[in-house]
Amino acid sequence: MINKIVASVEEAVAGIPDGATVMLSGFGTAGMPSELIDALIDQGAGDLTIVNNNAGNGETGLAALLKARRVRKILCSFPRQTDSHVFDALYRAGEVELELVPQGNLAERIRAAGAGIGAFFTPTGYGTQLAEGKETRLIDGRAYVLEHPIHADYALIKAERADRWGNLVYRKTARNFGPVMATAARCTVVQVHEIVELGELDPEAIITPGIFVKRVVRVPRSSTGLRAAA
Amino acid sequence: MEKLNRDQMAARVARDIPDGAYVNLGIGLPTLVANHLPKNREILLHSENGLLGMGPAPATGDEDSDLINAGKQPVTVLPGAAFFHQADSFGMMRGGHLDICVLGAFQVAVNGDLANWHTGAADAIPAVGGAMDLAIGAKQVFVMMEHLTKSGQSKIVQSCTYPLTGVACVNRIYTDLAVIDVTPQGLRVLEMVPGMSIEELNRVTGVPLLYERESDYA
Repeated sequence: MINKIVASVEEAVAGIPDGATVMLSGFGTAGMPSELIDALIDQGAGDLTIVNNNAGNGETGLAALLKARRVRKILCSFPRQTDSHVFDALYRAGEVELELVPQGNLAERIRAAGAGIGAFFTPTGYGTQLAEGKETRLIDGRAYVLEHPIHADYALIKAERADRWGNLVYRKTARNFGPVMATAARCTVVQVHEIVELGELDPEAIITPGIFVKRVVRVPRSSTGLRAAA
Repeated sequence: MEKLNRDQMAARVARDIPDGAYVNLGIGLPTLVANHLPKNREILLHSENGLLGMGPAPATGDEDSDLINAGKQPVTVLPGAAFFHQADSFGMMRGGHLDICVLGAFQVAVNGDLANWHTGAADAIPAVGGAMDLAIGAKQVFVMMEHLTKSGQSKIVQSCTYPLTGVACVNRIYTDLAVIDVTPQGLRVLEMVPGMSIEELNRVTGVPLLYERESDYA
């Protein structure tokens, strides 16, 4: 019997080693797996490479992981925000490495990893600082940059609802990076608000099929529930 | 001569967005365009964090932290809206499916080069987000910006001094002084604010401008 449901967030993040590459879903705080990140902080893994769209907000979630000095390098598209002071200070002090990636390239590099693509040519970033040193090619008169996939050891993502096979549905714009990150990691760990019986999720509406998911943990909505957006 | 204010600029851009268009409005000044879209046109707004059919801001108390726009502000959805993941969202751009995107800018060069993501200052923390994808992705890229910097320098330049966002990607520039098309022949002025003269626009802009029918502006 396949049962990917684990009993606690501690169990969900067990085994993540020092030096791992870990993807974190979320766009700002929408879709950020805050409870899994808290559990990762408690678990103690360090020297991590983190892949996320941003570099943390306020003092919680990814910002808390950064503040705990567990992150060696971050790949993201938009680190600088009004409440990214934890990252800003570490970056200015040279204590965290940044690979800045245009948001669409970030998404496509993650997708490519999950889809078994070796590399791809994209027009995004051609002729800019972010393409310096990269191979380029003219294809049918248009200039492209060669970009490589981003693989991860673990992906920690947040979805809305799952069954024991790991099929997932998401909620509104909290979906963002979850579905692509789920495909790109060797071990995808998901926190959801609700676990339902097999068959309750409409097969036409499943966004992430369970084949991409290794562990599912339920985190009640009370702690990650709806908040007024900042 | 009176410069357009921010709302007047937004209204001017909105006038050029046709019925049925799929449109992305960049963060900052371009978001104002949403307030001026003609009510009798069906226009779908794309938000790159994964939403097509974005509606206006919710009433106070109705905010949902799972429903935000690219600027991370709470929004609503229109009937018929759709959610999708990031790879699909940027596929919509890169794949040329969006009709128009409206972007702010630090500088636009005469060949349509765009600089809008980074001042290049040594102590600045770089952040690009979806700017480079938007710059090359939409069928038409409109830039909306003040014509001059606060110190009076033209933001329309021979060659960008700030780091580029995209190469030769801008189609049209809307400023508080004029509407200008980027063409293979050069920058072509379509409109100027009332009271603006060709001589004055040439003087403040400082790069060669073409005029379709000069009598229109006399």
